[in-house]
Amino acid sequence: MRLIARRLVTIGLTFLVIVTLIFLLLRLTPGGPFDGERALPPEVEANLRAAYHLDKPLVEQYGRYLASLLQGDLGPSFRQKDFTVNELVAQGLPVSLMVGACALVLALFLGMLTGTLAALQPGQLIDVALMGLINLGLAIPGIIIAPICVLVFAVLLGWLPAGGVGTPQHYLLPIIAAALPYAAAIARLWRGAVLEALGEPHVLTARAKGLPRSRLLLRHVFPVAAIPLVSWLSPLAAGLLTGTVVVEQVFELPGIGRYFVQAAINRDYTLVMGVALVFAAMILVFNFCVDMAYRLLDPRIRI
Amino acid sequence: MTSRLTQTLFGSATAWVMTALLCSIVVFVMMVPLLSGWEAETVDWDALESPPSASHWFGTDLAGRDLLTRIAEGGRLSLGIAILSTAISVLIGVPYGALAGYLGGRVDQWMMRLVDTLYALPFILVVILLVVVVGRNTWLLFAGLGAVYWLDIARIVRGQTLRIRSAGYIAAARGMGASTRWIVLRHLLPNVAGIALVYATLTVPGIVLAESFPSFLGLGVQEPAASWGVLIADGAANMEAAPWTLLYPAFFLVVTVWTLNMLGDRLRDALDPHLAHR
Repeated sequence: MRLIARRLVTIGLTFLVIVTLIFLLLRLTPGGPFDGERALPPEVEANLRAAYHLDKPLVEQYGRYLASLLQGDLGPSFRQKDFTVNELVAQGLPVSLMVGACALVLALFLGMLTGTLAALQPGQLIDVALMGLINLGLAIPGIIIAPICVLVFAVLLGWLPAGGVGTPQHYLLPIIAAALPYAAAIARLWRGAVLEALGEPHVLTARAKGLPRSRLLLRHVFPVAAIPLVSWLSPLAAGLLTGTVVVEQVFELPGIGRYFVQAAINRDYTLVMGVALVFAAMILVFNFCVDMAYRLLDPRIRI
Repeated sequence: MTSRLTQTLFGSATAWVMTALLCSIVVFVMMVPLLSGWEAETVDWDALESPPSASHWFGTDLAGRDLLTRIAEGGRLSLGIAILSTAISVLIGVPYGALAGYLGGRVDQWMMRLVDTLYALPFILVVILLVVVVGRNTWLLFAGLGAVYWLDIARIVRGQTLRIRSAGYIAAARGMGASTRWIVLRHLLPNVAGIALVYATLTVPGIVLAESFPSFLGLGVQEPAASWGVLIADGAANMEAAPWTLLYPAFFLVVTVWTLNMLGDRLRDALDPHLAHR
């Protein structure tokens, strides 16, 4: 219990540090958010700055931002005048979360399946073939997988829509495209982990006692092999986030990744900051869950 | 070490193929712009978006630019960025890891906690923040990539340093009155160098991939300069009318990353037996 409380405090502090860093980074940037193609008349710009409290001292701006953040308010979007950042995040987040979560599940399923198949006959034909496929998969990034999926399944075969939203079918290709690169990475890791677990003394004992293979795998091998996989899930989640940003761009999905890229191109400070904080918060929470799962799985580090 | 190195690079048929492939990619990106007869930015008005032909082996893009030349130029940029950023990541990662490992204790714990925290940050977040702060700038992209990719090297170097620090021969050297400077220069660095080299090799393909993401999103390398990421973005936008503009650059990116990954893995297995089966 004390450990959990301590982790939560650390997470809160980390988040505060991230908020401060991003705030300072964006505020100290040369060039304001209103530097457009046309120069604004000075009075208009002064009014705009006053409206967004940009004329106040930095400390006061920071205080205001923290205060509104505590109430869950990420402020107005500088560029999309009719929307607040909250509204944009509320629109985009469900789409991104859905695609990301489904892709994570699919990647885990595909990766563990191929990894197990390869590990059961190391050095045999099936292992060599699967490892070749996995190594190839590791070299193909999402920016290639996604357009090629569109080209093959939408343009040539016409099975699935190429982009946009509407029916559940619209999400199928994006999820597959986001999952495939990570499925390869998981498969490689899982093969190694299963191979190692198969050599453990307790597995050899169970084998010698004549346990059926399915029971051996489920009861004795997978729980041990899951430990390195779980500890690797946090960098994976961070990578998957990058993947969904690309996929949202290619398939024109209205997720927050797409807003994020748009905001970066438009230099929409508040929106960039808002989305960055949402991403950071999600990662921190996910890491916390992974950490807890890790402790549950591996009794050796339960202190 | 040298013999094991040559053994790894030329020891088997697969290794030969990998090394040959890598060399031919390097020769390709260096020589083609000189020999193709086209310049990367020259527009051939008679062949806008034309499929592969005798005068344009890989076809042309929407603006009539020779794809073969552009891919080679893009390769120069992509590989150049990757090598520079890898150098940056080695320059940060090796001293950081060695320091953490050598100092040990509390300092080590805090230094490694920082690494763990940074590990969980999505790379795209860092890049996008950088883009907002300083605008789209290729040089900054190098710095940003190097600043993200030193983490692996720092971790590995720290582990190796920890192991060496407690080794018997270090204690013996110290017992005979060797200075810290001597120990670091004569014992620590040579032992860490091999592993750092291996992980640097593995960092190069990682950065080739990482660079392609922001460039694909329009946040990295900017037209008319082209990295492979930019060319793939271009190709993806026109793939229905001109699929070759997507397929050729994608092919080169995949083959390069694949070869580098395979060679890096083999090097690691050869030079770092402790980690071979992890």
